[in-house]
Amino acid sequence: MPATTSAHTPVAANRRSSLNRFASSLVEHVVGLPKRDPFALAGLVIYLVFLLVALLADVLATHPPLEILFTEQGALAASIPPFTGDHILGTTNLGRDIYSQLIYGTRSALIIGVTAAVIVVAIGTLIGLLSGYFGGLVDTILMRSADIALGIPFLPFVVVLAAFLEPSMWNVVLAMALLLWPTTGRVIRSQVLSLRERMFVEAARVTGSSTPRIIFLHIAPNILPLSFVYGSIAIGWAILTEASISFLGFGSSDTVSWGYMLQDAYLSQALSRGWFYWFIPPGICIILVVVAGFFISRGFEEVFFPKLRE
Amino acid sequence: MPGIVKRLLLMIFVLWAVATILFLVFRLMPGNPLVAYIDPTFTEEQQEALLRLFGLDRPLYEQYFIYLGNLLQGELGDSFFYRAPVGEVIMKAFPNTIVLTFSSLLIAYVFGVLAGAVLAWKRGTWVEGVGIPAVLATRAAPEFWLGMVFLAIFSFNLGWFPAGGANTAGAEFSSEWARFFSLDFLKHLALPALTLALYLQGMPLLLMRTNMLEVMQEDFITMARMKGLSGWAIVIRHAARNALLPVVTAFALGVGHSVGGNVVVETVFSWPGLGRLLVNAVAASDYPLAQGAFLLITAVLVTMNFVADLLYSVLDPRVSHASHH
Repeated sequence: MPATTSAHTPVAANRRSSLNRFASSLVEHVVGLPKRDPFALAGLVIYLVFLLVALLADVLATHPPLEILFTEQGALAASIPPFTGDHILGTTNLGRDIYSQLIYGTRSALIIGVTAAVIVVAIGTLIGLLSGYFGGLVDTILMRSADIALGIPFLPFVVVLAAFLEPSMWNVVLAMALLLWPTTGRVIRSQVLSLRERMFVEAARVTGSSTPRIIFLHIAPNILPLSFVYGSIAIGWAILTEASISFLGFGSSDTVSWGYMLQDAYLSQALSRGWFYWFIPPGICIILVVVAGFFISRGFEEVFFPKLRE
Repeated sequence: MPGIVKRLLLMIFVLWAVATILFLVFRLMPGNPLVAYIDPTFTEEQQEALLRLFGLDRPLYEQYFIYLGNLLQGELGDSFFYRAPVGEVIMKAFPNTIVLTFSSLLIAYVFGVLAGAVLAWKRGTWVEGVGIPAVLATRAAPEFWLGMVFLAIFSFNLGWFPAGGANTAGAEFSSEWARFFSLDFLKHLALPALTLALYLQGMPLLLMRTNMLEVMQEDFITMARMKGLSGWAIVIRHAARNALLPVVTAFALGVGHSVGGNVVVETVFSWPGLGRLLVNAVAASDYPLAQGAFLLITAVLVTMNFVADLLYSVLDPRVSHASHH
């Protein structure tokens, strides 16, 4: 076979095959999931349910989440126990429907979780690619920045950020984008370090592919699964952080989130009055979403990086 | 050892970088540049003194060097709220945070190491099937929510523990040590420490389990088995000792991270520590105090990262810093 054609084919074939491999093993994995990895399946199901709830929030909610409700007699519908009338989980001490808040909280949790995860993992992946591929000064600068970011305490940083910015749930996304990329970045970097020495990258370089082309079309598809692993964990992290920040009182006061509900309950003496139906459900929801992320990332690891486990 | 010098230089570099970022953030704030250190309600003389101390009428680059110089001497300005030097205020809160951090880490690591060893031993049984998801759930639960549930049950409902603070109001002690070992203090400490411990135990537990599984496949364990040692003797005398090394490193990292992460638990239990101080300072726009508390938390985190690095190289002969040369 003439050298010119043989140099092109393996490059294109490899790119296609690595994407194909990713897609087909994903499909294969999902099909065989119930038997092989019941935990990952449970994680997927939990996510699916929360996604549906978030999308159908307007239909599922029985009341506007922040509206102060009154009984038919015109009295404030405050502190009504669960399963009374149309209040599935009862009402807050100011007469707001807890079940409806929980439903709308799902929406803000998923929005913030997915946005933050996508941004953090995108930054981490990009920096890992650049750092690993170019090495030298680029690598030094990026990795020293990673050291700085890892030396800044995360939650206190979000709190200080709140001193300068308007209270908003996007502060959490900003803080995560600034501080949490190094975890993903370092792992991706070490993968790229070994990938860039491989034959198919060498072949691409020899045939004159441009540098961005090599990075994004030849190397990037191979590390995509790894980004997914970190993404599915980051969603949970973002939701946890948003809840903590809202609880500390630095969240936005006109968006209903699970953290907002917990802060409201804490400040309204729900603990001393034993209104468990108010502060237990949001906590359970947070646990479910975060655990689902753990399960899915473990499943991912098992499919694509069997060597990482055991 | 050059490796250690390199890590030490990196630690100093990170501390300098964070201090610089903080300087820029607080000076580039909108409005009066004096607001970072001077509260309008301070007396005329106090304002004058602070102006001179931080060189606030000088150009920005001069202010930067004055700021770094002051920082090295622990001079952080005066708290707007407490009307006292920031150094004094944060040093009063710091011991409470240290006590809370260490007691919860101690509980978490003793429990986590033991439970991790058991889970490794019970590999493939129902104990593992129940144990692993349960551990993951504790790592997924928001710390402050666990604290709220504990408060509602053990403090408000059962009345076993006080609902917040570190001491009963008006209690007096002959010394700080007498305070830490008083029954009153321990009663206040119990719930926040258990809350944090429940959150923290997952890390050593999972780490210990993975290490145990690895170690148990190595030759000397097979040897021990062939010598006819019983199951528990193998676990305790051979496997556990070797699996423990990485856990020790994780403990150092854990100290650094908990001091920062304590923010929420200290708030739930009104624990008078550094994290709660930071939250209150930010809420009250007490900028010098917020800056001081944040810097101290950062210093602890960065120092413990360094200590973890050292321990890692000392305890694991394979990555000894000396081996580079």
